[in-house]
Amino acid sequence: MFKTMMRRAVALVAAAGLAMAAQAAEPIKIGSFLSVTGPASFLGDPELKTLEMYIEKINEDGGVLGRPLELVHYDDVGNASSARNFASRLIRSDRVDIIVGGSTTGATMAVAPLVQQAKIPFISLAGAVVITDPVKPWVFKTPQSDRMAAERILGDMKARGITRIGLISGTGGFGSSGRAQTLEVARDMGIEVLADVTYSGSDTDMTAQLTNIRNTEGVQAVLNFGFGQGPAIVTRNYAQLGIDLPFYQSHGVASDSFLALAGEAAEGLRLPASPLLVPDSLPDDDPQKAIVQKYKSEYEARWNSKVSTFGGYAYDGLMLAVKAIEAAGSTDPEAVREALENIRGYVGVTGEFNMSPDDHNGLDADSFRILEVQDGGWKLIN
Amino acid sequence: MFAEFLQYLFTGITIGATYALIALGFTLIYNASHVINFAQGEFLMIGGMATVSFMAMGMPMLLAIILAVVLAGILGILLQRLAIAPAKQADVVTLIIITIGASIFIRGLAQLVWGKDYHAMPNFSTDEPIRVFGAVLNSQSLWVLGIGAVLVVALVLFFTRTLIGKAILATSMNKDAARLVGIRTQMVLMLAFMVSALLGAIAGVVVAPITFTSYDIGIMLGLKGFVAAAIGGLGSGLGAVVGGLLLGIVEAMAAGYISSDYKDAVAFSMILVVLFFMPRGLFGAKVVERV
Repeated sequence: MFKTMMRRAVALVAAAGLAMAAQAAEPIKIGSFLSVTGPASFLGDPELKTLEMYIEKINEDGGVLGRPLELVHYDDVGNASSARNFASRLIRSDRVDIIVGGSTTGATMAVAPLVQQAKIPFISLAGAVVITDPVKPWVFKTPQSDRMAAERILGDMKARGITRIGLISGTGGFGSSGRAQTLEVARDMGIEVLADVTYSGSDTDMTAQLTNIRNTEGVQAVLNFGFGQGPAIVTRNYAQLGIDLPFYQSHGVASDSFLALAGEAAEGLRLPASPLLVPDSLPDDDPQKAIVQKYKSEYEARWNSKVSTFGGYAYDGLMLAVKAIEAAGSTDPEAVREALENIRGYVGVTGEFNMSPDDHNGLDADSFRILEVQDGGWKLIN
Repeated sequence: MFAEFLQYLFTGITIGATYALIALGFTLIYNASHVINFAQGEFLMIGGMATVSFMAMGMPMLLAIILAVVLAGILGILLQRLAIAPAKQADVVTLIIITIGASIFIRGLAQLVWGKDYHAMPNFSTDEPIRVFGAVLNSQSLWVLGIGAVLVVALVLFFTRTLIGKAILATSMNKDAARLVGIRTQMVLMLAFMVSALLGAIAGVVVAPITFTSYDIGIMLGLKGFVAAAIGGLGSGLGAVVGGLLLGIVEAMAAGYISSDYKDAVAFSMILVVLFFMPRGLFGAKVVERV
């Protein structure tokens, strides 16, 4: 709490100083609630760092519409009900112009009815498909959904001639939502899921489930949808059992720490991921290459820690907000909302956004890159 | 068919041996004080995490393990001195609640010191799994089983052949009488906490290459270890081992033959059945309450 207040104080002082530079113009208030501490801090921490850093940068360059940006931030500690309280504070007492935040799907969904009612544009940084499907007029989001991950993975399998797979998934929120999406997408794509097993988040050995898949007649590849340390254990057990079928993981483990945990066992597995993991191997004509490289180097120089995919969501959220306010020419909520809905061809860190009234995410499955683990590092496949 | 069965059995024995090691730690403190030490899982976590961070400092594995186990032992003594001893003649239930508080404190401290990431630890020997009749066995599982067996034998000898061991047993049977015959019961309790912390830390170190380790690994493994101890009968060393192995094997068989969704449900139904027919567990002592 004290930290949040300090941050706010610092932000206020900074904003005040800059406001004078920008002819004492009224600041544009960007509200945010993120899980900076608590169990989801790996999401909220890089997100807040990204917002702070780029708001500073934008203000140095003269702000937006000649007005400086001011960040009003609260830490929801990964708790959906405090997220709701803070969002209501942002709307009622801080009177922010737009909200960029919501590290988790739970926090986002708790806040969605509030912003709908108050009619304040809200850009969420959380993953699940329910946030923008069905479309809520005032709610947008920057990360790809788990459905797109499933489409991308199954698409890559199909390209390799694989039509019968085994699925192993975690029973947590991420794994079970991923499992449901995978089953649906598989049916649409004509891929048969022959084995469908699960493990709980605290399991320490998945050999039994994998043996079950291995003994299922006709399985050509295995997909693991899960989050945390579970997929790393699955990867190790997979290697120990000596299963030599192609192995896929989800975007939930697309990070260097997963490679450190799984070690050599991860060799050869494929997963969909943000281009942020392989900025230098993107082809030169990739429109995202320059922006991804720039974000990575700026973030790492400023914070002296490794860039993460989640910070990228915040970068895109902030830039979309700025773009919309610029296009609207004011901070009038309805004008900003409409401008957000009409953003086309914005190339961000996560992908190319093409918003529309029936798509408040704006990304397509191709924004995921399929990576393969080779020699302990990521290799771009396509 | 047989290979499949063997694979599930290996999986079950590996998980079960882990549970058994943790259950032994519960048993030890329960024997000395009738307290169920819910900070037992935290000793396990300290063992794994400290080993990983000592190794990251460049220490050889063996030295890192010894230091980590010693660290946990000191922590066990501190827990008894600073949290349990000041409560003096408090109820057993109060003491159990104190251990829960201590576990939350230790976990919080570990989170501050080591962060929230999971860490990998290399196998003690080869990474190459062992193949038996078409099933595979992680070489680390043999370490878990071997070290578990050695610890069980050592504990049995400790309680039956050494004066200190007998003093612990005496204290558990009747604290006042033990004090009357000249046993320093506070000392004995401290010792029990230390030995059980050592035990927990060793368990944490041998299972870390299989399960990974993080600041919160103690919650889940500690709980499963407690369940294993309860099935076997609290206070019985043999019961802890049998209970642990049984729980592990039932879980693995359920995941393999029935469905992984029902694995925990099957394990917990088994506990209900066992405790319903044998309320003191499989090997629990028959105690007559005097009114």
